[in-house]
Amino acid sequence: MSRKLLLEHINVPGIHTLDVYRQKGGYRAVEKALKTLTPDEVVEEVKKSGLRGRGGAGFPTGMKWSFLAKPEGVARYLVCNADESEPGTFKDRYLMTHIPHALIEGMIVSSFALGAKTSFIYVRGEMMPQIRILEKAIAEAKNAGFLGKNILGSGYDLELYVQPGGGAYICGEETALLESLEGKRGNPRIKPPFPAIAGLYGCPTVVNNVESIAAVVPIINDGGDEYAKVGIGRSTGTKLISASGNLVRPGVYEIELGLPVEEFIYSDEWCGGIANGKRLKATVAGGSSVPVLPANLSLKLANGEPRLMSYESLSEGGFATGTMMGSGGFIAFDEDQCMVRNTWNFSRFYHHESCGQCSPCREGTGWMEKVLHRIEYGHGKMSDIDLLVDVSKKIEGNTICPLGDAAAWPVASAIRHFRDEFEWHVKNPQLSLDTNYGLANYAEPIAKAVSTEN
Amino acid sequence: MLKVEEQQPVQFSSALVEKFEEIVKRYPEGKQKSALLPILHEVQAELGWLSPNAMDKVAEYLRIEPIEVYEVASFYSMYFLKPQGKYVLEVCRTGPCCLVGAEKLMGHIEKSLGVKENEVTPDGLFSWRGVECLAACGYGPVLQIGPEYTFYENLDEKKVDDLIQDLRKK
Repeated sequence: MSRKLLLEHINVPGIHTLDVYRQKGGYRAVEKALKTLTPDEVVEEVKKSGLRGRGGAGFPTGMKWSFLAKPEGVARYLVCNADESEPGTFKDRYLMTHIPHALIEGMIVSSFALGAKTSFIYVRGEMMPQIRILEKAIAEAKNAGFLGKNILGSGYDLELYVQPGGGAYICGEETALLESLEGKRGNPRIKPPFPAIAGLYGCPTVVNNVESIAAVVPIINDGGDEYAKVGIGRSTGTKLISASGNLVRPGVYEIELGLPVEEFIYSDEWCGGIANGKRLKATVAGGSSVPVLPANLSLKLANGEPRLMSYESLSEGGFATGTMMGSGGFIAFDEDQCMVRNTWNFSRFYHHESCGQCSPCREGTGWMEKVLHRIEYGHGKMSDIDLLVDVSKKIEGNTICPLGDAAAWPVASAIRHFRDEFEWHVKNPQLSLDTNYGLANYAEPIAKAVSTEN
Repeated sequence: MLKVEEQQPVQFSSALVEKFEEIVKRYPEGKQKSALLPILHEVQAELGWLSPNAMDKVAEYLRIEPIEVYEVASFYSMYFLKPQGKYVLEVCRTGPCCLVGAEKLMGHIEKSLGVKENEVTPDGLFSWRGVECLAACGYGPVLQIGPEYTFYENLDEKKVDDLIQDLRKK
């Protein structure tokens, strides 16, 4: 069994309650940090751990913390990003549902490290059940003296609140999230200034993903050096992977970074293979925004070496033959899935979720959705395929926030790797309405991958 | 749930105003606008949707301009700017759920309820719509029903029919 740092006790009955969570060693990190460490020492441990932001960007958490401005007499804020909305990602929902105290403990330690006296957990509004769970857990923690005034006699005060969102993917972008928390539309801000200098209410602010904050707990308990020993290279620690699509056992898995992709898909310890005895056609490794890869490149690098679930290995080969770790939203497509239809579906998503601030994204996502729709429904032209590439290039890099890139990459990568399937749709408008392109030329390398499983 | 027609004047109950006060306390002095999204959720839970009159009342309570409420309510997808059915079935229509049959399920719901997306059944009980990713991709197809956003996972046609029957009986 692989090592579990976040989900070790997930199956313990009652682990969502403070009592059971404490019996299993919960809130040790709060006691250790507040009683024996200075805030700077906590930051130092997180730096040593090599923890990288688990929300998608993968920026080192300790470094992000060290950028926080600390002017005299100005409040500082920690805001947890629980706006989980990236298609394919549902790990934060899982963590908050089953072990809410892991997040709250992480929030207390992290707020202490940053000197925040008021912290917020911004949860997407659709997760109302999780909001209720967190509110209950916060009340429990407060009763036990882990929140409020003079926590554990340390002189440190902290209030923690849960803020519901209103249903907008864009609020997962940190500056849009802060706008939303201020009661406004979720329009991302131009950076600089970065939130570390001017964030919530213009005050220095750190925004971290749920999983990043929960990971601070084992880092403080065992020390940053111990955490850094788990994983591979610069991908330290464990990562929650949300597995969905055509898998035998979809769900949330905690893996040690460095696990081979093939093992993750086919091993019975993890996803158990492709559902209904089908074959793998493609994967999206890190949530809908990252490039889609055909089966052969999902399992192996271009040089034939196995691809691993790590920040480096997943991005090996750049966008030509690689993808990204993103938020760890792993989507598997079987041989019956249509890449054109899926790309259209994702484009519709980005068009729907574009905040409308930047023209390239507002207009471009709409054009891509329309062009993909006509290819999918048998009205496409051959020139449409290059038109899509052209539009995607004109969005990428030309917007305030990364939503534009996130909309462009799935389209560009689908055409890069599955161009023949797009052409087939254009050439066979009637046929493509009733049947699917199937595996076609990806079958050969996939057959090999399946045989290694046996 | 009380149904508020377009022009009906709105009066918030004292229980609701108490909730507002609890929410506003979370934020620093003068930053009460931060309470806007949570308060709109509370209002919608009580009234079923956000009528212009209700939004004006929220603006008055938070001491902000009405436009500041409208622009927020129209930006976020969870707020209803038109009356809905008592139960709004919101089905995830994004990629991963479609890999496991969400589109077929939406077709089935349309047939079962006999109304198109965003329309209300004649008895006022139901409306339905496709929504974007609900972060439950491993348990698809999924749907949610407000105001507490109860979740229904791993759905098929039979489970949806049973759910609709149960809600009818309530």
